[in-house]
Amino acid sequence: MSRPTSRTDVAPPSREEARTRPVLQARGLVKRYGRVTALAGADLELYPGEILAVIGDNGAGKSSLVKALSGAIVPDEGEILVDGAPVRLPTPIAAREAGIETVHQTLAVSPSLDIATNLFLGRELRRPGPLGSVLRMLDRPRMRAEAARHLADLGIMTIQNPNQAVETLSGGQRQAVAVARAAAFGNKVVIMDEPTAALGVRESRAVLDLILRVRDNGLPVILISHNMPHVFEIADRVHVQRLGRRVATLDPSGCSMSDAVAVMTGALDPDELPSGALAPGARR
Amino acid sequence: MTTSNTRPVSSPDPEPPPAEIDARPRGPVDRLQRLLHAQATVGPAAVLLVTVCAFAVVSPNFLQPANLSLVLQQTAVVGTLALGQTLIILTAGIDLSVGSIMVLCSIVMGRLSADLGLPGPLVLLVGLASGTACGLFNGFLVTRVKLPPFIVTLGSLNIFFALNLWISSSETIRGADMSALLLWTGRVVTFAGARLTYGSLLMLALVAVLAYALHRTRWGRHVYATGDDREAARLAGIRVDRVLLSVYAVAGLVYAVGAWILIGRIASASPQAGVMDNLDSITAVVLGGTSLFGGRGMIVGTVMGALIVGVCRNGLTLAGVDVLWQNFAVGVLVILAVSLDQWIRRARR
Repeated sequence: MSRPTSRTDVAPPSREEARTRPVLQARGLVKRYGRVTALAGADLELYPGEILAVIGDNGAGKSSLVKALSGAIVPDEGEILVDGAPVRLPTPIAAREAGIETVHQTLAVSPSLDIATNLFLGRELRRPGPLGSVLRMLDRPRMRAEAARHLADLGIMTIQNPNQAVETLSGGQRQAVAVARAAAFGNKVVIMDEPTAALGVRESRAVLDLILRVRDNGLPVILISHNMPHVFEIADRVHVQRLGRRVATLDPSGCSMSDAVAVMTGALDPDELPSGALAPGARR
Repeated sequence: MTTSNTRPVSSPDPEPPPAEIDARPRGPVDRLQRLLHAQATVGPAAVLLVTVCAFAVVSPNFLQPANLSLVLQQTAVVGTLALGQTLIILTAGIDLSVGSIMVLCSIVMGRLSADLGLPGPLVLLVGLASGTACGLFNGFLVTRVKLPPFIVTLGSLNIFFALNLWISSSETIRGADMSALLLWTGRVVTFAGARLTYGSLLMLALVAVLAYALHRTRWGRHVYATGDDREAARLAGIRVDRVLLSVYAVAGLVYAVGAWILIGRIASASPQAGVMDNLDSITAVVLGGTSLFGGRGMIVGTVMGALIVGVCRNGLTLAGVDVLWQNFAVGVLVILAVSLDQWIRRARR
């Protein structure tokens, strides 16, 4: 456990590596709150076209890790790289500008505003010409049309009318709006923090399908979840966070949920896992 | 049985119909609740219509054009204040200092014009700037010092009122001593038999401008989002503090326009005018269907709310009812309106 974080991948990227270069990478992140160490040298790699689940017990540093990646906190040490280039993410807006969109657990939608307005909240479109530049008029028809297109891209059929207020939607539909917003504007990574935590069985199902569709449309996803069946169902790799750092990256097809839970709680050393349980190519 | 391929009746439906929206039966009351929730101005419009009809029956003079334009004149000052108040209440705040800011602005303009003899446009500009500065003062305390709006404006209510007494030496400034531009809002235009003041028209113009800004511009959408769920707005990348500061500044500017309308209306600048207008402006906003919890409501509703108060006061006066019972009636209306708002908000799922 006291072994230093491995840095075996510092060699310049060959052509082979460039194709599998992580879209988003964290190296040795440290975050302390007074005497509490939330992140103790955490690493993470997210590769193109994958769903990376992040699991961990309470206090393992999952949310600190995710907050660091989405610009909500600034780590004391370590670096974050997007497409191999170091970036600074001092604010959520900076993370968004770097192409990292986050669906927060608290949803971050405004209930009394309509779907189209929510999708474009904070980056509204204005009318072309003097109507937009002088009168600052919003281009509502275009925002509605594009909102409808984004919802259709993700196959969210149950929402017919982008003028509907978000408060008239069910929990799953609201989640769908939040996911659609992230997918519409994220051009590198979508981070989802406990997207099914507040949902019923059927709605969770719909959101999981939505996450798969986001990946299939080409955006890699980081999924933070407590729900092992969900993680094992849709994740390509499972990042296990424990005591502020990554202890293993598992291949969900090569190990069982109980193995994952055992690693997560410290009951099982990752070295004792059966062969094939660790995700290929991923150094821990 | 004529066809052979009929499905057995007992076969279970392979796919249950999607029950996305809850399928509980809806009575007319439930539907009304949802309608009022979806269309925030239906309630105030209905109440206004009912009160107008009631007073039209009770007192035959009520519907005279002269009387109706009087109602509009009486409403113009409180209505203008209520427009600024609406902006602040939409962000889930409240402004108790409206009346003080307005009186302070009117006294500043009155003194500059009557005592120093400065030209009208300059005086007006200084007056509007004073209102904006008062609003910025409130906004600064709310956004930077992070005090609750109620406390901030309770304090500034007294501060601005004291400044007003100091500047005016507690004396009324006569309109005759002022520039004609300041009294312009009291001038009358005849419009299809009805005599309207420029002040009333100015209020209506302000309604149009603010309604446009709230519904057709980015700023307006951000005002709603901030009031609806501040944390969600922040996470969506809205600079919430900037929005709030701008709302208080714009509200201050609107109150200053109210001061201009007030000078025209009473043809003077009095340090005691508009003291009751603080609470009346909140009454108008609440009656207009804007939620005190923020994020829900419309400028047009506020005008209707102000008109409801104006119509009630005017109608009860025509019916010969004592002023104390007018206040009683307005009080009852406010409590009813807030109860209705609570009930409507329960339609949120």
